[in-house]
Amino acid sequence: MPSNSFDIKSYRGFQAITILCLIILYAPLIVVMIYSFNASKSITVWEGLSLRWYADVFTGPESGKFKLAAWNSFLIATIAATVATTIATLAATGMIRAGKFRLRNLSYGLISLPLMVPEIVTAVATLIFFNAIAFERGLMTILLAHIAFCIPFAYLPISARMQGIEDSYEQAALDLYATKRQAFTKILMPLMMPGIISGFLLAFIVSLDDFIITNFVKGAGVETLPTAIFGAVKQGIKPNIMAISTMLLGVSVVMVTISYFISKKDQKS
Amino acid sequence: MENRDIAIDVKNAVKRYGTFTALKQISLSIADNEFFTLLGPSGCGKTTLLRMIAGFEDVTEGTIHLYGEEIANLPPNKRPVNTVFQNYALFPHMDVLENVAFGLEMRGWSKRDAKAKAGQMLELVQLTQFAKRKPAQLSGGQQQRVALARALAPEPKVLLLDEPLSALDLKLRKAMQLELKHLQRETGITFIFVTHDQEEALTMSDRIAVMSAGELQQLGTAREIYETPRNTFVADFIGETNLLEVSVDKIAEGRATCHLGGGHELTCNAVEGINVGAKVRMSLRPERLFISDAATESESLKGRVVENIFAGTDITTIVDLAEGPNFSVRTSNSDRGNRRIFEPGNDVFVNMEHGAARLLID
Ligand SMILES: Nc1ncnc2c1ncn2[C@@H]1O[C@H](COP(=O)(O)OP(=O)(O)O)[C@@H](O)[C@H]1O
Ligand SMILES: [Mg+2]
Repeated sequence: MPSNSFDIKSYRGFQAITILCLIILYAPLIVVMIYSFNASKSITVWEGLSLRWYADVFTGPESGKFKLAAWNSFLIATIAATVATTIATLAATGMIRAGKFRLRNLSYGLISLPLMVPEIVTAVATLIFFNAIAFERGLMTILLAHIAFCIPFAYLPISARMQGIEDSYEQAALDLYATKRQAFTKILMPLMMPGIISGFLLAFIVSLDDFIITNFVKGAGVETLPTAIFGAVKQGIKPNIMAISTMLLGVSVVMVTISYFISKKDQKS
Repeated sequence: MENRDIAIDVKNAVKRYGTFTALKQISLSIADNEFFTLLGPSGCGKTTLLRMIAGFEDVTEGTIHLYGEEIANLPPNKRPVNTVFQNYALFPHMDVLENVAFGLEMRGWSKRDAKAKAGQMLELVQLTQFAKRKPAQLSGGQQQRVALARALAPEPKVLLLDEPLSALDLKLRKAMQLELKHLQRETGITFIFVTHDQEEALTMSDRIAVMSAGELQQLGTAREIYETPRNTFVADFIGETNLLEVSVDKIAEGRATCHLGGGHELTCNAVEGINVGAKVRMSLRPERLFISDAATESESLKGRVVENIFAGTDITTIVDLAEGPNFSVRTSNSDRGNRRIFEPGNDVFVNMEHGAARLLID
């Protein structure tokens, strides 16, 4: 069909390749999810449906370790995402206020560049930094490192949202007798809010599952979920790991879904 | 003008961005209740001047007084001045009513009173049935009216309008021009209107300040500016005109006698600042000229018809002058009974009505 020759669906094998890619992407996840409900002690032999490994996570011999690690992870993710999102929001507000200035692209690049730096480099650099200032390693070092690397992730959706916000909105608010503070809380904040929420969720997920940087800067005996899982896996993979992983996946899916619906609602208005 | 009748008094205002001077020594006074227009080509500094009055740009040198009060140190939210922005800048997350009520709420009105007053404003601009819509769900013309209602609601002393009609199509623009004029009369608020469209300026304004390259070229009523332009820029920018290079020979009793390059003599009203011996330009509006096949008086200019251009309400005849450039002569179509249209190639004389010629300073 010549009229359709640019339609990608008309290429032979398009469907097969698509399916193959989807399998490669999702098969491992699906296997983990299914086997987390396995009744067997083995991670490869299926013996029927059961929630015993989920129970094991919360009550088993390793439950204390995992609970503490989970508590650390959620605490750090919440604080780090909150602080990083606040900083990113202030940066975005500054960019709006400055209008079109000469170094705008450079400033944008400088905030976003850490996304492209290999994580291991950031990890080493952060560790060296903490050593250089003789900062004792522990929860605090993890938190500070997470705040730092979460900023560009939080900034990404906020700056995307910013594209539609002209500096004339704030000027219009000032013109209509709003103080600078009111212009921010009543005009800029609500307009940026979908981006701020997305930025927070993204930062939260990124912090929650970070392994490399955390592993470098954490103190001895301080664990987050990813480092605890890694530690457990080193002694052999047990099905309870699959249960934890599935729950983590669930958290991510919920957050991504929230983020999706917020941006969709935003597009409608 | 007495002092209390002056709404805005700009004295020697200069605006520099780095080394670039956007406004060079602007001085002008705008009267209370006036519909005042800043007219000039794009980039001449109109928006800059408006933003200085609104408080978004500081004044590099000079002063601005609002009803006698120096406002240089007042932030925008402390100035009883509101702006209709060029792109309207309606708050996208608020509905129309909330947008209009915003300024009142910021001034400390209760939500209820602000909404009630905003409702009245929407009535004034005939948008009552759109109160609950978001700005994005309105047409350009409707958004424009919301912006207007929002800026007028807090009853500012001065309303600033930055090319508010430029995004509208011609028909709507004409309608809005009248509506704006009526709103200004009804509210009694001083309007400072910015446009680059000379026709719009002539139609709407009590007075017009013509600007170019950061300088004030002329200030006057539409009539004054059109009929007695001060310089070539104004004559050329406002309406259409024919220009002749002349030398001034004699000035007596308010009349100047000049001659063209070929020696032909013309007389016209003298202009202060133009003295004997000066080489200047003379402006002749096309609609104040008429063509005949015989010289009607000594001032008639000889030439040959090049072409006729039909444009609905009138016909423009291009005449190649013997002692000058091509001239446009406009004949109204309602005048056809009295005025003959000459064919291309005809030898003719271009005659001018008394007082049609105007000497320009530079
Ligand atoms: N923030 C700024 N920085 C530097 N130059 C500016 C700035 N704003 C305006 N200008 C310059 O000042 C001149 C006047 O601009 P403007 O007042 O916007 O003109 P207009 O409204 O008459 O089109 C222009 O040459 C413009 O480039
Ligand atoms: Mg402008």
